[in-house]
Amino acid sequence: MNDFINDFWPTLIVVISLGGILGCALLLWKTSKTKVTKSKDGTSGHVWDEDLKEMNNPLPLWWVRLFVITIVFGLVYLSLYPGLGRYDGQLGWTKNKQYDKEIAEANKALEPIYAKYAAMSIEDLSKNEDAKGIGQRLFLNNCAQCHGSDARGTRGFPNLTDHDWLYGGSPEKIKETITNGRMGVMPPMAAAVGNEEDIKNVANYVLSLSNSQHDVKRAELGKTKFTTICAACHGADGKGNQLVGAPNLTDNIWLHGAGEANIIKRIHEGKTNQMPAWQAKFTPEQIHVLTSYVWGMSNH
Amino acid sequence: MSLSQLNRPLPKEEVISLYKSQGKIQPRGVEGYFSKLRWLMVWLTQIYFYGMPWLQWGGRQALLFDLDGKRFYIYGLVLYPQDLIYLTAILIISALSLFLFTAVAGRLWCGFTCPQTVYTEIFMWIESKIEGNHMTRKKLDDMPWTPKKFGIRSSKHFVWLLFAFWTGFTFVGYFTPIRDLFIEVKYLSTGPWETFWLCFYTFATYGNAGFMREQVCKYMCPYARFQSAMFDKDTLIVSYDKERGEPRGGRSSHVDHQALGDCIDCHICVQVCPTGIDIREGLQYECISCGACADACNSVMDKVGYAQGLIKFTTENALINRWTKQEMIKRIFRVRVLIYGLVLTTIIGGVLWSLTFRNSFRIDVVRDRGVMARLADGGMLENVYRLNIMNALEEGQHYKIYVEGLNNIVVDSDNLEPNKTIAIKATESRWVPVRVQIPDGIEKSGSHKIMFRIESEETHEIVKEKSTFIVPRN
Repeated sequence: MNDFINDFWPTLIVVISLGGILGCALLLWKTSKTKVTKSKDGTSGHVWDEDLKEMNNPLPLWWVRLFVITIVFGLVYLSLYPGLGRYDGQLGWTKNKQYDKEIAEANKALEPIYAKYAAMSIEDLSKNEDAKGIGQRLFLNNCAQCHGSDARGTRGFPNLTDHDWLYGGSPEKIKETITNGRMGVMPPMAAAVGNEEDIKNVANYVLSLSNSQHDVKRAELGKTKFTTICAACHGADGKGNQLVGAPNLTDNIWLHGAGEANIIKRIHEGKTNQMPAWQAKFTPEQIHVLTSYVWGMSNH
Repeated sequence: MSLSQLNRPLPKEEVISLYKSQGKIQPRGVEGYFSKLRWLMVWLTQIYFYGMPWLQWGGRQALLFDLDGKRFYIYGLVLYPQDLIYLTAILIISALSLFLFTAVAGRLWCGFTCPQTVYTEIFMWIESKIEGNHMTRKKLDDMPWTPKKFGIRSSKHFVWLLFAFWTGFTFVGYFTPIRDLFIEVKYLSTGPWETFWLCFYTFATYGNAGFMREQVCKYMCPYARFQSAMFDKDTLIVSYDKERGEPRGGRSSHVDHQALGDCIDCHICVQVCPTGIDIREGLQYECISCGACADACNSVMDKVGYAQGLIKFTTENALINRWTKQEMIKRIFRVRVLIYGLVLTTIIGGVLWSLTFRNSFRIDVVRDRGVMARLADGGMLENVYRLNIMNALEEGQHYKIYVEGLNNIVVDSDNLEPNKTIAIKATESRWVPVRVQIPDGIEKSGSHKIMFRIESEETHEIVKEKSTFIVPRN
């Protein structure tokens, strides 16, 4: 890496760039005239391959001027834009600045469209065909990577079309989730719950909450541990707590896998699951349209 | 080494410039058969070029290449960027046509239909109407800048620019609806890119047809450079009949006319040449086969009472062997012409066949990468796909989706209409998420080949597209 941050390489680039331009100028000047042997037929007198003779077909001056223009252009360009080693150019152009400028321009162009939607309620917007189209494209390009193109999620990535919401399904909550992201944490609970038998009993109790296949006796034995330990987040009735993102355990929706083995694994290992914040990428108006799309999927 | 050789003076060396200012050519006006033919081609090509964007086709512009909307409307056809193959085909057909044309008839394209020639012809016509014939134009060139010269020159450039602007406007009108563009130009409210291209094509026409002219053919045109590869001794060229014309000479009263050939050395063939060559020196790379010298010579031959055709379109073989027209025509059917012709016909046939049996919609299937496979209600294993459905018809369509390739495989989507179809608007391209399910546990883990079959309710066309279904390891 050191090779690329010492002064040798920038200097080399300056030498090659300016040397190349200077070389072109020299070549143009040096080849303007040549000494030839005069002959009657207008050829230089050189003969190749028996009958190939060399004539002088002078380059038109307008073409020479084009060369001069490229040389001048090259020098002007190198003085205005970064190109000579560490020199930043007179205009102070950078690709990041250009990117920011283009994004700002694009957002400005889209402003009138989004301004119209921003004035509408989420409920009304979710019925607007054009807004739905924009929402779907935003979703497919940004959200579908995790939640799936049809928003039905997969293991670890919540389904957005059912009515099961970890943090709440009201328009305000969805908007909050998209804007700020979420960080759901379940700590490893095995030590608190007890030995393997206790853990298995609690797991069976959890399964009993949603009437999933379970061992009734074990569930009976696990109930106390659940109400004293797990209920702190999941609630005494196991219906979860949207304030901390603790899932509802009674609805038979299993984000990290169904069945006894998966639940035991979660009790042992806990789980940290993150949804990133999108406020840096989207404007509030875009988030508004996206919210209406997501909200609309489970409310129509 | 012999003495005589030593005594011979040494060849003289001199310094020459490899760059040279190209003098302005003021060709003399010419009338005749080939000139009429060229003007006919000027009218045909220009009526098509300037008129076509105004032609309507079912409520829209007949020819419109909508780069913003990524749709290309060609009369009844709607093409997508995915149909790029047709552009390739058109370019191949154009190239092969030029090859065939060149092998048979030389540089007829250059002399009669090339835009460079056509616009130069129009610009020279404007020039001669405003500045006068080649003699007055030359005089005007040498004149000091008087108010009169300034007036004539500026009115010429004004008309040139006006015409060039109309050309630029028409060209942009192929890419943005010309009727809207007309109103925008009227109120000076064209968008930044429209303004750029309007100016670009205005100045390109103005510069090329007004100033660059034969310089384009001589130094810039790549086609002109590789044409010689398609020439042979049976290719039609403009040629001076040396045998008949030489020795040339003026017909003054004190020369023996019997000792002279038919060329009266009047130099009119040189004066009319738009590239400034003397055709009597033989075929030269500058010659664009416009036939101006043939027209000029024919009218001179008429005046002096000789037969026409001292300079004419002929072939090298025909000139040497004194062939008749019929014998020349017979030589058209030679191997290279037949090969070019065969390849060209095959490709044109292929394109026509492809356009006739082209489907009115296209499908792309993209598997979701984030969601490989998941369990769904009812013990089903589910994969998610996005279908990109591209409707190339100008009416809305309804598509039914089927999937085949595995037992009990079913497909569903949240985007279905009440009649279980997917509705796509006219010329719309849309991404539609769909779910494909099979009962869990009946297939072994791994990737299975499946086939999407999409049928249009309206046209009953069927498009099939391959994809895979992933069954995860437990």
